[in-house]
Amino acid sequence: MATTKKAATPKKAAATKTAVTKAAAPKKAVAKKAITKKAVATKAATKTTTPMSSAPGRAARRSPSVAAGAARASGERARRRSTPLLSASASEGVAEQAPAPKAVSQPTPEPQPTPAPAPAASTPATRRAAHRPQPTVRAKASPKATRQAGIRPQSPRAKRAADEAARRHLRVATVAEPPPRPTSSRPSSARPASPDPTATQTDMSLPVPGIEELLSASIAAMRMAAQGAGISPEEIERRIAATLAFLRRRLEGDYSVDEFGYDEHFAEHVIFPMLRPIYRNWFRVEVRGLENIPDEGGALIVSNHSGTIAIDSLMVAQAIHDEHPKHRVMRALGADLVFQTPVLGSFARRGGSTLATGDDVDRLFAKGELVGVFPEGFKGVGKPFKERYKLQRFGRGGFVSAALKAGAPIIPTSVVGAEEIAPILGNMKTVARLLGLPYAPVTPTFPLLGPLGLIPLPSKWIIEFGAPIETAPHGAAAADDPMLVFDLTDQVRETIQQTLYSLLMQRRSVFF
Amino acid sequence: MGQVVLVTGVSRYIGGVLARRLAADPSVDKVIGVDVIPPPRDLGAAEFVRADIRNPMIGKVIAQGDVDTVVHANVIATPTFAGGRTPQKEINVIGTMQLLAACQKASTVKRLVVKSTAAVYGSTPRDPAMFTEEMTAKRLPSSGFGKDSIEVEGYVRGFARRRPDAEILTLRFANIIGPRIRTSITDYFNLPVIPIPFGYDARLQFFHEDDAIAALARGVTGTSTGVVNLAGDGVLTVMQAAAIARRPFVVVPMAAAGPLGSLGKRFGLVDFSPDQMSFLAYGRGMDTTVMRERFGFNPSFSTRAAFEDFARTLSPIVPSFDAMSGAVGGVAGVAQQVLGRATGGRL
Repeated sequence: MATTKKAATPKKAAATKTAVTKAAAPKKAVAKKAITKKAVATKAATKTTTPMSSAPGRAARRSPSVAAGAARASGERARRRSTPLLSASASEGVAEQAPAPKAVSQPTPEPQPTPAPAPAASTPATRRAAHRPQPTVRAKASPKATRQAGIRPQSPRAKRAADEAARRHLRVATVAEPPPRPTSSRPSSARPASPDPTATQTDMSLPVPGIEELLSASIAAMRMAAQGAGISPEEIERRIAATLAFLRRRLEGDYSVDEFGYDEHFAEHVIFPMLRPIYRNWFRVEVRGLENIPDEGGALIVSNHSGTIAIDSLMVAQAIHDEHPKHRVMRALGADLVFQTPVLGSFARRGGSTLATGDDVDRLFAKGELVGVFPEGFKGVGKPFKERYKLQRFGRGGFVSAALKAGAPIIPTSVVGAEEIAPILGNMKTVARLLGLPYAPVTPTFPLLGPLGLIPLPSKWIIEFGAPIETAPHGAAAADDPMLVFDLTDQVRETIQQTLYSLLMQRRSVFF
Repeated sequence: MGQVVLVTGVSRYIGGVLARRLAADPSVDKVIGVDVIPPPRDLGAAEFVRADIRNPMIGKVIAQGDVDTVVHANVIATPTFAGGRTPQKEINVIGTMQLLAACQKASTVKRLVVKSTAAVYGSTPRDPAMFTEEMTAKRLPSSGFGKDSIEVEGYVRGFARRRPDAEILTLRFANIIGPRIRTSITDYFNLPVIPIPFGYDARLQFFHEDDAIAALARGVTGTSTGVVNLAGDGVLTVMQAAAIARRPFVVVPMAAAGPLGSLGKRFGLVDFSPDQMSFLAYGRGMDTTVMRERFGFNPSFSTRAAFEDFARTLSPIVPSFDAMSGAVGGVAGVAQQVLGRATGGRL
């Protein structure tokens, strides 16, 4: 009902509406003034300029906050928002007072300079989107409003303090409106220069620079930052370009994965660079006997396994990848528990690991890959600290028969330093059983410091690749000979054990 | 005199196209297509007989037609297309039983070609990277299509014992994919957002639909027997496939996969059994040496090419993803150009 009335005589309808909802407007006169003021504001949106001297405009200036409150209470704002702008210009209440609007055909109102209905009327302020009147909240009421409201006049000093306090609360509300002074001074000086009124539109719209400009700017900023940090800017640029190229290939699926799940692109760009600082700076790995690793063709790296968290396999792979002249990738063999675990399993496959089964080893050797195996398994990783550097049982020697089948040389490898990264003092067997883990270690730091206890101690590492044990002379048929397999297994085990002892003798200290 | 071929499941894509193709083959005299519902596609010169393989009447069709080669392509992979799990299982298991019983009785049948699936290998973290034909599943599929296929292969082995004179060829297909076929895996990659089990990135193999039909036709007209794995070259991971399909993905914890799967089933989006969830977590690979060397078939599509051919037909459901990846690609490209200029092409 109210809406149909409003369509006919908007002013009257709104007035009755506000009269009904008197809570916001204390006096009917004030409410009426508010309506007229709003009408003028709507008008201002469609026109280029509004004459300052119009009587309702002046009246409205006195109580803008009350008007806004009334509008909000009566749902006027929402209705206006849904009403097309063209109908607003047809309201007869103000049409007679203002010159005929010329810019009616302009569909969207542009922010135009209109006199701000502020107490400081002497400074012209920019009013934005006047067809949607925004409540202007002022800390200071006009003298007349104060008088009408029956507020006792304060001393100027007390008033200033109260205003200051009010402004502090209202800061959020005032932010919505552009600060009046700079907008009024600068665009007014710039406007005469542009004769076309639409030129202001391009001024006000968001400047969208080309992506290239943006990038050059950000790269320049990066260069400066790099210089400030003491890194060569070219290096930074190269890294950023590499990262972006990497991201693009990952997003487009433009990489290949081999049948074991080894993702060369991911390994070269994520896994190896991630481990490199740990390898170089944390453990300061010293590598010996790299010449024992063949440049091509299958070979089997057999190493001791230790250190609670099985990071030694990663370090051996890193050593071969970084230090070997051919940068070969070691394809480590892992237990099924590894591939069952989320995240760990997919990382292991991407890094080149696969399940420790004869089928996979045969397949890897057939491709001429370098295979890494840690025959101690969880027995080696989870052994107590007092048994450090004592090799555990080497399983059934399946790795030896696989090497025999393929005729691949066995390279006994000894890792010193990994035992000390997280010394196992005890084993929480019940916890391990509950969680289905092979062991639940107690280290000097682990359950005590929480997740921080997972950080390995920075021991000094030595990795020595021993002289290869040739298996080709025995022939492929020897893979089924249990006696030979056990003998070879023992030989490999003894070699690693002896090398470990001699490396321990040479080591100056655990951490240096 | 040429062959008389009976093809089951001609109302579905692979069976229908295979029947038409065989009918056009000069070495094949006659093709009889069998299914319970009339085929929606033109079978060409093939003759359609409306018969249910679950019914012993199928024996009459075989006897009357003097059929010498039977192609069993009616093992249904997706329960939604069969009207639920119960009819799917009945068609797969009882249908195979009846069909093989009829074949055993008919002395004219000399050759049996069975379309089986890689699902018989199951999918566990203890799997070898690549399955060869003589390997078996580490953990037998407990439900759905995989279990049906294992039972189907069991009946086929039983048939081989009772009819040692018949030539039997079992083709284990990797996931068949392409622009026209609809399977549960195409439904999966057609989802607006692809759910991926958290922390896993399974290896997948695909086989193009055209290759699948060519391989079946070769199986019918050729003489090779035994079990053959069929898959395209190379593997894709689930995330990689999602990237190629230009679909955003969301990681879902494995524990939540069951409820989500049943929700998807209820909305008819996708139908995934627990087996297929573990397939999406651990993946599977098949060795295809036998396919190349003994069966003598070289697929024209690699796994990647087959998937790309399928992904071509996907409509972009989330346009913002395309825009986003395009934007990142564009930024990367421009950055490389700018940097290339700045560093003098040292990149």
